[in-house]
Amino acid sequence: MLVNLLSGDRPRSRMLTLVLVAILVGLAFAPFLFPGTRSLETAARICIFIVLVASYDLMLGYSGIVSFAHTMFFGIGAYGVALASTHMGRGFDALLTGTVAGALVAALLALIIGLFSLRVRAIFFAMITLAVASAVAVLVSQLSGLTGGEDGLNYRIPRALTPAFKFADGSFLGVRMNGKLLNYYLIFIASFVLFLLLLRIVNSPFGRVLQAIRENDFRAESIGYRVVLYRTVATCISAAVAAIAGSLFAIWLRYVGPDTTLSFEIMIDILLMVVIGGMGTMYGAVIGATLFVIAQNYLQNLMGVAAETVSAVPLLPDLLNPDRWLLWLGVLFVLSVYFFPSGVVGRLRGTS
Amino acid sequence: MSIAPEHVPKMETASLGERLAPHAPLLLVPVLMILGFLSITNTSSWLTLTVSGLAMGMMIFIMASGLTLVFGLMDVINFGHGAFVSVGAFIGVTILFALGGMTEQPSILLNLLAVLVAVTGAMAGTAIMGWAFERVIVKPVYGAHLKQILVTMGGLIIVEQLIHVVWGPDEIFLTRPETLKGAVTFAGAAIEKYRLLAVAIGLVLFLVMRWTLKSTKIGLIVRAGVENGEMVEALGYRLRLVFIAVFVAGSALAGLGGVMWGLYQEVVTAHMGQQIMILVFIVVIIGGLGSVEGCFIGALLVGLMQNYTAFLEPKLALVSNIGLMVAILMWRPQGMMPVVKAK
Repeated sequence: MLVNLLSGDRPRSRMLTLVLVAILVGLAFAPFLFPGTRSLETAARICIFIVLVASYDLMLGYSGIVSFAHTMFFGIGAYGVALASTHMGRGFDALLTGTVAGALVAALLALIIGLFSLRVRAIFFAMITLAVASAVAVLVSQLSGLTGGEDGLNYRIPRALTPAFKFADGSFLGVRMNGKLLNYYLIFIASFVLFLLLLRIVNSPFGRVLQAIRENDFRAESIGYRVVLYRTVATCISAAVAAIAGSLFAIWLRYVGPDTTLSFEIMIDILLMVVIGGMGTMYGAVIGATLFVIAQNYLQNLMGVAAETVSAVPLLPDLLNPDRWLLWLGVLFVLSVYFFPSGVVGRLRGTS
Repeated sequence: MSIAPEHVPKMETASLGERLAPHAPLLLVPVLMILGFLSITNTSSWLTLTVSGLAMGMMIFIMASGLTLVFGLMDVINFGHGAFVSVGAFIGVTILFALGGMTEQPSILLNLLAVLVAVTGAMAGTAIMGWAFERVIVKPVYGAHLKQILVTMGGLIIVEQLIHVVWGPDEIFLTRPETLKGAVTFAGAAIEKYRLLAVAIGLVLFLVMRWTLKSTKIGLIVRAGVENGEMVEALGYRLRLVFIAVFVAGSALAGLGGVMWGLYQEVVTAHMGQQIMILVFIVVIIGGLGSVEGCFIGALLVGLMQNYTAFLEPKLALVSNIGLMVAILMWRPQGMMPVVKAK
């Protein structure tokens, strides 16, 4: 049953299993284990980023395609929900319409980009997605009539998902039974299902072909698989899942803006999460996203403290400034691509 | 049993059409200019836009040429190329500030000298940096595209952050040297002097590069290496050294492009390299990876397109270039002037 649920893809390491179970339990009971707005915010973010990173891994790790447009798909999903909620009024139908429309648009766009670039050379894909993603980001911030421009959009989600709604009196284990809790569990369950779905996809015959193509596309082509078709379909699935993750993010935040959904910084974050967790393993996405989001939320404070303690030394405070945290991530990123291409998961499995 | 047909060898020259077809992209630049003229209709604004489009195209060409050659020669795609643009701009600006006495005087000689010193400094700096980048970042990942893209992207992030550490987190505003400020009026159109200078530098650079590639021995080796690297190595040339030289030269050119771009925008930021790289990638793709001439034509097209649409419909400037790329890839999926690989 459990193995079936995981599509036969076991963690294959005791340590990894423990970590994964700890993360699952932590996320499943986050509102009770870690009370407080900030930790709930972190937990929801982790759920959403696990899906986003896992969908990116389907492209990068399993198909060997580098895309820089993943935040664009993420943003399309988020703006789908935002626009639907703005124009259709608050309600679950608006959320559903926005999510489905966002996923379809993302998949269609991925299909077009894929047909243009993957047909010729897989390396074109990286450059073309970079160009298209920045064009879309510029367009979104300029079409302020539709998208709210740089300010983004604030909109209302169904009352049942807001803190104002109470579905039971009193509190349970010190947690108030309000819509925020329901919202968190909506995010958690949707993310969990999406993750299992991705796990199913990569362990299906389709996923095997993708891995074959990644290892040797020429050979896969000669065996008779249509490489372009497989790569394009993988791209479309990945884009659609990323868009749904964006929709979840929009439902959680009740706000979308270019900075939170479309910026290139998020793209870099996704890349780091995939590489640190381990490319080509879905579990890597879980570990990478969890580690990264926690580090992002709590480690930056630590850097600030460190910068203050060495303030007497020249240059060091500048290097340890919390604003320079990307510098250290960049170093970590390059080092992990060189030395641990299979990431934390590969280390734990002892295969790297 | 039928008799085998008699063997009649004949020499046929390719028809005029066949011989001209590879050069067809050359026509695109005038065609785009005419289209721009038809949609703008005002001669003087068209002239201004065309000159600034050409200037922008030349600067993009300077930055893109190194990238496309590096790819053609060693199959290395460097996403960190933008880092050289930013670093070049920052070094150049620092030198220009230090030479404030020379840039503020209304003497064209002193001004140009200051710019020359800044450009030389920036090029030297980025050349050294390019060498280090090649050694540290690119060398361990030869032959693996996926890792190349990831690692060079990581390199770009690190360099951008180091710029913040060295030069501070804010953008730096600068003014052009005294004699390069202002505009000249020609046929009722105001044309900025600096843009004319940029066009001139770009054109000279293109001609020098073309001459180097077509008429010198090193150019011959580079062109042969792009077409069939293994063969060149079998003939006894150390293609690795040639490659490093091209990489360093490409980085230096990116630094030059960075200084020129900084003077054009009159502001430098750590992100500028990353932003300009988007146009550079479009240029490299539509030109055909590895082709310098395709890169030149592509850069002019992108520069003109950007300026025309920015005038007609400002919101669509970048989108129009994506459209241009899509149109060209539909026409020629490998880019305008694909490099024939003997593999």
